[in-house]
Amino acid sequence: MSTGNMNLTLKVWRQKNNNAKGALVDYKLADISPDMSFLEMFDVLNEQLINKGEEPVVFDHDCREGICGMCSMFINGRPHGPKDLVTTCQLHMRSFKDGDTIVVEPWRAAAFPVVKDLTVDRSAFDRVIAAGGFISVNTGNAQDANNLPIPKMQADAAFEAAACIGCGACVATCKNASAMLFVSAKISQLALLPQGQPERYRRVQSMVAQMDAEGFGNCTNTGACEAECPKGISLENIARMNRDFASAKFISEETV
Amino acid sequence: MSGFGNAFSSSIGKKFIMGITGLFLILFLIVHCGINALIFISDGGLTFNVGAHFMATNWIIRAGEIVLFIGLLAHIFQALRLTLENQKARPVKYAVNDGKANSKWYSRSMGLLGTLLLIFLVVHLKDFWVVSRFTGIPTVDANGHEDLYAVMKEKFQDPVRVVVYILAMFSLCYHLLHGFASAFQTLGWNHSKYNGIIKGAGVWYSVIISILFAAMPIAVYFGLIQ
Repeated sequence: MSTGNMNLTLKVWRQKNNNAKGALVDYKLADISPDMSFLEMFDVLNEQLINKGEEPVVFDHDCREGICGMCSMFINGRPHGPKDLVTTCQLHMRSFKDGDTIVVEPWRAAAFPVVKDLTVDRSAFDRVIAAGGFISVNTGNAQDANNLPIPKMQADAAFEAAACIGCGACVATCKNASAMLFVSAKISQLALLPQGQPERYRRVQSMVAQMDAEGFGNCTNTGACEAECPKGISLENIARMNRDFASAKFISEETV
Repeated sequence: MSGFGNAFSSSIGKKFIMGITGLFLILFLIVHCGINALIFISDGGLTFNVGAHFMATNWIIRAGEIVLFIGLLAHIFQALRLTLENQKARPVKYAVNDGKANSKWYSRSMGLLGTLLLIFLVVHLKDFWVVSRFTGIPTVDANGHEDLYAVMKEKFQDPVRVVVYILAMFSLCYHLLHGFASAFQTLGWNHSKYNGIIKGAGVWYSVIISILFAAMPIAVYFGLIQ
């Protein structure tokens, strides 16, 4: 890793565990390369902390390629930092200036309790998916894919919804900590395809009920989620979810 | 769970109530603004008083008034409930939160704008609604109708009241700027062919309604209409 010329002041949220009281702690970092990713900058910080015999900062990360949805820092008041359409691991230090002070906090939502420092428990999302974010398929030979013609626009919209990596930036940035962008993307990716139809109206009811049970807030259409989503998930998905929900509750004869 | 189940108690159902009552109030404002704009005919309020007389005596309008109050109260109470729930959804606030980077200030301030409107509404109902429905309009015009226009002229001699009304119309404008398009999105009416029309209509509606309403106390105070 090349040495650099950036000097930074970090204000990082440190919290021992979910029950402990946390606080922002100041760290000075010198010689940071502008080519480093934000997480590599944190690796440097952690090496220094370990060398000094202090506890390293705990943060979530996995692929560091912007596709897994694990990294999750709230940087200077925005999820995944100042750049649009990137995750924290794809954010580079060249997006900051020498001498900057950078405030780093965990996602804040009742449904995402802090585990330690910058790591939060996002298993609420897993439970929403488990409530209906799947299709039921009987085993047997796969049929020819061409037997199910799907219009190109429909396939593209489903693919765009499926791009959601479940990082939780939408919840983090929403003033209401609402999960509607995430849930609507997971509903839409199936609602737009023929394979998702049999369970379409059951799915939307179950997943919305689970979302509510997890304690996420209610959407007020500020659009912050769409603006901050690293995968550019559209608000159109929320409208589609609302339409499907209305159809399920007021038209469908099937009850969940 | 049977029948409609939690259709209106779920997060989306609660949004539906906000959206439906919001659109209903938007329709009401068109009627309210249209009839009040009759003062601009500048005929000493004769035409306006005909409109006011119709609104006060027609039984369909009076029944509609009850629905209006129910809708308004539903909008207010649902907003209060949602706000409290939303605050509970984020018990620990951010030290730094750059909201302006991703959303409009008025879309994040609907509760504040709505509260200002509610305070204004108390003043406004006391000024005109209580007078026309309960305490009585003291004079009649040349046609023998209750002279609500005279009440309006008297009330808007007070510059403080005029300023309060104008400030309230700023709150109304920003509340509508978010609320109009937001109601359509909530009810699922998001469509690439119509989104531009909805957004445009929302902006025009908000600005025109607010300017027309604000022009009324200004015109009366400065004697621009007779």
